[in-house]
Amino acid sequence: MIALLIRDLRLALRAGGGFGLGLAFFLILTVLVPFSVGPQSALLSTIAPGILWLGALLACLLSLDRLLALDFEDGTLDVLATAPLPLEAALAVKALAHWVTTGLPLVLASPFLGVLLNLPQQGFGWLVISLLLGTPALSMIGTFGAALTVGIKRGGLLMSLLVLPLYVPTLIFGAEAARRGAIGMAVETPLLLLAGISLGAVALLPFAAASALRMTIR
Amino acid sequence: MSLLKYANPVKFLALSGRVQPFAWAAAAIGIAVGLGWGFFATPDDFRQGSTVKIIYIHVPSAWIAINAWIMMLVASVIWLVRRHHVSALAARAAAPVGLVMTVIGLLTGAIWGQPMWGTWWAWDPRLTSFLILFLFYLGYIALWEAVDDPDTAADLTSVLCLVGSVFALLSRYAVLFWSQGLHQGASLSLDKEENISDVFWLPLVVSIGGFTLLFIALVLYRTGTEIALRRARALSLRLDRSV
Repeated sequence: MIALLIRDLRLALRAGGGFGLGLAFFLILTVLVPFSVGPQSALLSTIAPGILWLGALLACLLSLDRLLALDFEDGTLDVLATAPLPLEAALAVKALAHWVTTGLPLVLASPFLGVLLNLPQQGFGWLVISLLLGTPALSMIGTFGAALTVGIKRGGLLMSLLVLPLYVPTLIFGAEAARRGAIGMAVETPLLLLAGISLGAVALLPFAAASALRMTIR
Repeated sequence: MSLLKYANPVKFLALSGRVQPFAWAAAAIGIAVGLGWGFFATPDDFRQGSTVKIIYIHVPSAWIAINAWIMMLVASVIWLVRRHHVSALAARAAAPVGLVMTVIGLLTGAIWGQPMWGTWWAWDPRLTSFLILFLFYLGYIALWEAVDDPDTAADLTSVLCLVGSVFALLSRYAVLFWSQGLHQGASLSLDKEENISDVFWLPLVVSIGGFTLLFIALVLYRTGTEIALRRARALSLRLDRSV
């Protein structure tokens, strides 16, 4: 498992583009928001938590079609499916690698982008914590979506259609926690629910993803 | 004697052929009576005037939209466990009907909401969950269309239906948490306290029954079509091989 993780991380780092792409997308989206809604700082600080969450979510989505597609094309997935390591574990590791290369950088970058959007002082900590708790769910759900659509030619757009509705609960609780943190309200409830979704997704979705993948490469 | 006997397409088609005329007729009668009674024979609501009458389309379509998904869920589980093709095809046949009913529910709701709430749309939990359900239907149908091999398509859509159901339920409670409601509570729950008045209730139940029968008739008909399509596909494959 560790070897697979290291392999995936190394590929993501060396393949070029994949690693920084999500981060660059996140930055550009955040920069575009003031152009589209106007530079009033009061308005920006109101919508900042929601925009940053949406940006992180879309950046996650953007890198999903690389998650399994390349391995599917060169036959790595067939090897993984017949390897002694259960496919469920292999997919969980792939989701972890996706999170380390996409989710974690987004979490680390979010405070800097929060400055651009005039996020209130007290909101920074909660934004980072909510993203830290929520992005694992985004990676895991995305892995499931990628496993569903990996055998379909030009499945990228279809995958967005399938994955985005599944992201709804995560987005609601995550953005709500960040928003409440920014205006100084209690954040425990949405944070706990968000953590629950993440844990549930990590515990159960590898099985769904693996069964979907077996159906494709059978 | 079990329902699974009808997993055999021939038996299913024979039964469905016998049931369908009755289902169509009963659906037509139920909808005609329910809507006619509702539109012409019930009094106007004392606050809402005659706009209340859209309820006889709005509630039944919403009812079908939700129950069609539940039926697809059951059919998907049967397909995954027992691998009966009719079951997978029935789920496929039900999806567009559910999608259309969701759209009807949303549209009639908007038409009703404009004079009553003063807005076509509000981010109310019920409205929002229905919009999310609409997206789930879209994704489900799109996945069916995208996969070439019919068995793989049935497998993948079944898994999507299972996982989607969990997430649809999660979204339902998430939006409850996220926004306060404008929509009224349950109109037909079993504890009578919050129900609507009997004058409106009886034609509404008739109308819901009519819509349910219409749904059953449509699904039977469309499943028959799917079976015919599958046979035509098998025949043309065999033809290609023999040439």
